[in-house]
Amino acid sequence: MATPKLSLQHIHKRFGAKVVLDGVNLDVDAGESVVVMGGSGTGKSVMLKCVLGLIQPDSGRILLDGQDITHVHGREREQLLRRFGMLFQGGALFDSLRVWRNVSFGLISAQRMSKRDARAKAVEILAKVGLGPEVGDLRPAELSGGMQKRVALARAIATNPEIIFFDEPTAGLDPIMADVINKLIIERVREMGATALTITHDMASARKIADRIGMLHGGKIIWIGPAAEVDRSGNPYVEQFIHGRAEGPITMAVRRQ
Amino acid sequence: MTTVTNPVANVGRATLEFLADVGRLCIFAAQSILAVFTPPFYFANLGRQLLSVGFYSLPVVGLTALFTGAVLAQQIYIGTGRFNAESTVPTIVVFGITRELGPVIASLMVAGRVSAAMAAELGTMRVTEQIDALTTLATNPFRYLIAPRVLAATLMLPILVLIGDIIGVMGGWALATTVLEYNSVGYLQRTVDFLETWDVISGLIKAGVFGFIIALMGCYQGFNSSGGAQGVGRATTNAVVSASILILAANYIITSIVFTD
Repeated sequence: MATPKLSLQHIHKRFGAKVVLDGVNLDVDAGESVVVMGGSGTGKSVMLKCVLGLIQPDSGRILLDGQDITHVHGREREQLLRRFGMLFQGGALFDSLRVWRNVSFGLISAQRMSKRDARAKAVEILAKVGLGPEVGDLRPAELSGGMQKRVALARAIATNPEIIFFDEPTAGLDPIMADVINKLIIERVREMGATALTITHDMASARKIADRIGMLHGGKIIWIGPAAEVDRSGNPYVEQFIHGRAEGPITMAVRRQ
Repeated sequence: MTTVTNPVANVGRATLEFLADVGRLCIFAAQSILAVFTPPFYFANLGRQLLSVGFYSLPVVGLTALFTGAVLAQQIYIGTGRFNAESTVPTIVVFGITRELGPVIASLMVAGRVSAAMAAELGTMRVTEQIDALTTLATNPFRYLIAPRVLAATLMLPILVLIGDIIGVMGGWALATTVLEYNSVGYLQRTVDFLETWDVISGLIKAGVFGFIIALMGCYQGFNSSGGAQGVGRATTNAVVSASILILAANYIITSIVFTD
């Protein structure tokens, strides 16, 4: 059996008394697209941030190509992060920089590309997400929500990362724009041969982009299987979630952690 | 829950929280200083901060210094007049401005402008995940965001204060020669006669420390803000208040320990 590209083993994380991750186990194979779904506030984002090192897990191990990266810090972590791309939920575009500088940020700061080359590359990448070169000179605040998501996607893929994380890629978009983003994600990830881990509560999006779908509930992955089998999971939690019923085993926490 | 009602426990908890805060601030300060001296350096960001901290603070520092110098001359004239020592007005004005009022008042004004701006900007970047985004793009936020701000404020405050010193003395001179009928040349002669280089230098050293405090508090509060727009507002307020208090406290400590002569 091949070593998984990314492996989360018994990840625990608590904030104060609130246990957010209670032993998450998840393997993602190279070139695979895994979607983890789960309700709001179930710690999906925390899981991604643990892998990226933005949050330190209390216990457990995170392996990248079989190597333990849980406690990598400083310059080593910077080197490591060059292999990752991340699309943030709100886009998280740098509003003080123009679009092309946002897209080419990783190229200039991490890969030391010259500004002229980076700009040409930015235009190229913007075209891949369906945006014209004139968008490059705008500021993020001048863009619509859907365009911001596209620019954020362009920034996430600009450095050709091996692994890309998508945090709620379709949140806040209309169904058509959401589908456009889904398609872009599939195309770009396939083209680059990257490994993708997406967290979402949008079932349409999950079905579209996932090879495998997992469900995070109560700080654990309670079910994971091929995307086609999500409707036949036999798991009452998964069934409640994919049908969006208020009644069922899942009761929504009202407060955020 | 007996601990909630136990006053001793509350005092203890508050003390521990305070000490933890001080500890976090010290670690943050050490990380900031380290970031200033380790590459990569972001010169474009530094340039932008030099401009915004230095150049754009000139009007507020200049006006404050002008009025402070003038009012100082007026008051000292009244005070010294009570024992016929009006001729000492220029000396006392320049002494007061260069050693105390120049650095302290300019820094307090800049704290209001710059700490608030830094806390608001970094706070917004924090709550919109832009700081996390920086990290994931393999860029250390301490080097990219904080080092340029801390360095710019530490370098620009002495320059601002030196300019403020000159404008303040001229404010005193303007009032003395117009309202109080001092001789213009005589006033300026008196100003420089008893002025020592150390009077000016000590004020500029203080200004550098205050500049560091201004940027540090703005960055610290903004960097650690949470909870949306309200959190950013809180961070901004905390930045200005804590920077101002720390400036006054540091001023006392520096004056009483280092500048006793």
